[in-house]
Amino acid sequence: MRYLQAFRDRGLVRAVAAAVRAEVQPARRYHLMEFCGGHTHAIARYGLAALLPENVRLIHGPGCPVCVLPIERIDGAIELARTPGVILCSYGDMLRVPGSGRTSLLKTRAAGGDVRMVYSALDAVALAAANPERQVVLFAIGFETTTPPTAVAVLQARAAGLRNFSVFCNHVLTPSAIQSILEAPAVRDLGTVPVDGFIGPAHVSAVIGCRPYEYFAEELQRPVVIAGFEPLDVLQAILMLVRQLNAGRAEVENEYSRAVTRTGNRRAQMLVAGVFELRRAFTWRGLGLVPYSALQLKESFADMDAERRFPLPSRPVPDHPACECGAILRGFKQPAECRLFATACTPDTPIGSCMVSPEGACAAHYAYGRFRALSETAP
Amino acid sequence: MMLRPSTFRRLVDLQDGRVEMAHGGGGRAMAQLIEELFVANFDNDLLRQGNDQACFPIASGRLAMTTDSFVISPLFFPGGDIGALAVNGTVNDLAMAGAEPLYLTAGFILEEGFPLRDLKRIVQSMARAAKAAGTAIVTGDTKVVERGKGDGVFINTAGLGRVPAGIDIAADRARPGDAVLVSGSIGDHGIAVLSQREGLRFESPVESDSAPLCGLVADMLAVAPDVRVLRDPTRGGLGATLNEIALRSAVGIELREEAIPVSPGVRAACDLLGLDPLYIANEGKLIAICPPETAAALLAAMRAHPLGREAAVIGAARADPHRFVEMETAYGGKRLVDWLAGEQLPRIC
Repeated sequence: MRYLQAFRDRGLVRAVAAAVRAEVQPARRYHLMEFCGGHTHAIARYGLAALLPENVRLIHGPGCPVCVLPIERIDGAIELARTPGVILCSYGDMLRVPGSGRTSLLKTRAAGGDVRMVYSALDAVALAAANPERQVVLFAIGFETTTPPTAVAVLQARAAGLRNFSVFCNHVLTPSAIQSILEAPAVRDLGTVPVDGFIGPAHVSAVIGCRPYEYFAEELQRPVVIAGFEPLDVLQAILMLVRQLNAGRAEVENEYSRAVTRTGNRRAQMLVAGVFELRRAFTWRGLGLVPYSALQLKESFADMDAERRFPLPSRPVPDHPACECGAILRGFKQPAECRLFATACTPDTPIGSCMVSPEGACAAHYAYGRFRALSETAP
Repeated sequence: MMLRPSTFRRLVDLQDGRVEMAHGGGGRAMAQLIEELFVANFDNDLLRQGNDQACFPIASGRLAMTTDSFVISPLFFPGGDIGALAVNGTVNDLAMAGAEPLYLTAGFILEEGFPLRDLKRIVQSMARAAKAAGTAIVTGDTKVVERGKGDGVFINTAGLGRVPAGIDIAADRARPGDAVLVSGSIGDHGIAVLSQREGLRFESPVESDSAPLCGLVADMLAVAPDVRVLRDPTRGGLGATLNEIALRSAVGIELREEAIPVSPGVRAACDLLGLDPLYIANEGKLIAICPPETAAALLAAMRAHPLGREAAVIGAARADPHRFVEMETAYGGKRLVDWLAGEQLPRIC
């Protein structure tokens, strides 16, 4: 852990923050989107936004896998958990996310459903081996980071001949989401993208590499700097973006070179390519239908696809009409500009995707940043 | 209900035996278990009298009373077990009023089939903890539920303590300007239990901090009888407990992140699991709030006690109509330390 401490060094962080303040051009706007929930969390957790000058604004992107999952998929998981004989395995932060009718996996468990929190996809395979008389379903969610472990789980279950293991696949793809943000109709109408540059994902990029971002940088003329999750990483990436924008460059740069290469983790990519294929389209909470933005199990693994093994409801649940998550995720609005924020929509009663997980833009603002807005209006 | 030892022809098999429904049935088997396990270990005059209640003279002044139930899984974890926890938890709840513990009660709900060997370990641990805290378990109760209707063993303890004259400690007494102290590193108990429960292994194992705080509190009050608030940050950790104090005292609290002690093991585990040590449970730590002019003497007294060696002043109360708990991060940024929404769950990325 000493190694990590170096990336939290107080003096270095302050020095880099000072460099950002010194190098920004006062008349210029720097609207930077951190795509990834991990970055949103780090920015809030370490109070980094307070170290930046006024004209550097951080926009929290849609990179929280829990937040972007549409309600109908959560309903699907709840339905699975209610099915007699099924053990539903889920990652921790998915448990509290509300589905339709104010229910959730936690509440389903309280009502008798067998829901188990797992730390790894392989825990679900072990549960299947230990409970041959039960059906074990892995509620697989996440971006490119959690997809390879699901692939390993599928392959291990196949190798072990487990017939009672299946996957409810909700894995989604980062590049498709970024593209959807940049090419939204509102963006076209305005003729401008409200995002000047991107802080690129850390762990996701360790798997997919820097290359997938080269298209956005070049085609849309927006710089991308891939950054780690420590405070020094984030500020260094902001400094690199400021320098690119000042110099009129739009390139992919890699601040997180200790973990990310241009081509990424080939072995993980091969594993994923062997088990999954693209879905034609997938609904994202906040972004709507995004073409080719998610994965499903290949035909050769169809027998392990929970969507084929169990009859699952398919009732699309539209986002709340007053919810501004779509605009917030695209950088058009800030959490406090939504009239549901901190009134009807709170971390205890989330309405939109951005309030659902602590990493969501609104939840992070509610937990860590709200005091600013409230202090300004203090009696 | 007490019978003489000669009544039983053979001792209870505390090595290989298991809890049976008869152990809670009110008959001979129950009486024998009580005598050979509970009375033998909790040994004290009041308990030996074998009445349905313990009778004792009451002291003058103020008494403190509390109760707590313990349903922890796993029952044994690095640095402690459910028995020590059941005693320390109640002793600490008394100590947070400045009270010295006088007497404890213990109620057991045992699951049929539970190994008596484990029960013996738990009871011995409770006896040790009670002795260490200078108190005694003077009355108790045992019930047995059918297999599958409990989780091995549940324990309820209640405690009675005496508050020394001149001591007035309550959660609504913090005032703007008061110093906020913590007695040591935070998060150890929660991480120890979590890593044991989930089979997570770390290079340097984190141990629970479960300990009786009455001795530490007595030393603190000896030098600083004007301590205003004492709280042990158990469930919900430092973050939730400070919010509760802020709410009740109608003040804000400002913390300095750098001053809050967190052990390297807890920090590493929290980084790995995506948890925040501010919200992790403690079982042997306390928060103290005192007038600013008392803080130095109080800190010195805490550091002189074995359970307060790492004590630190971590912040101050201030006037704030929103009653926010805020923290200055190590980098000079600020964040709100909010109430936790539900229980803290590990983050996926």
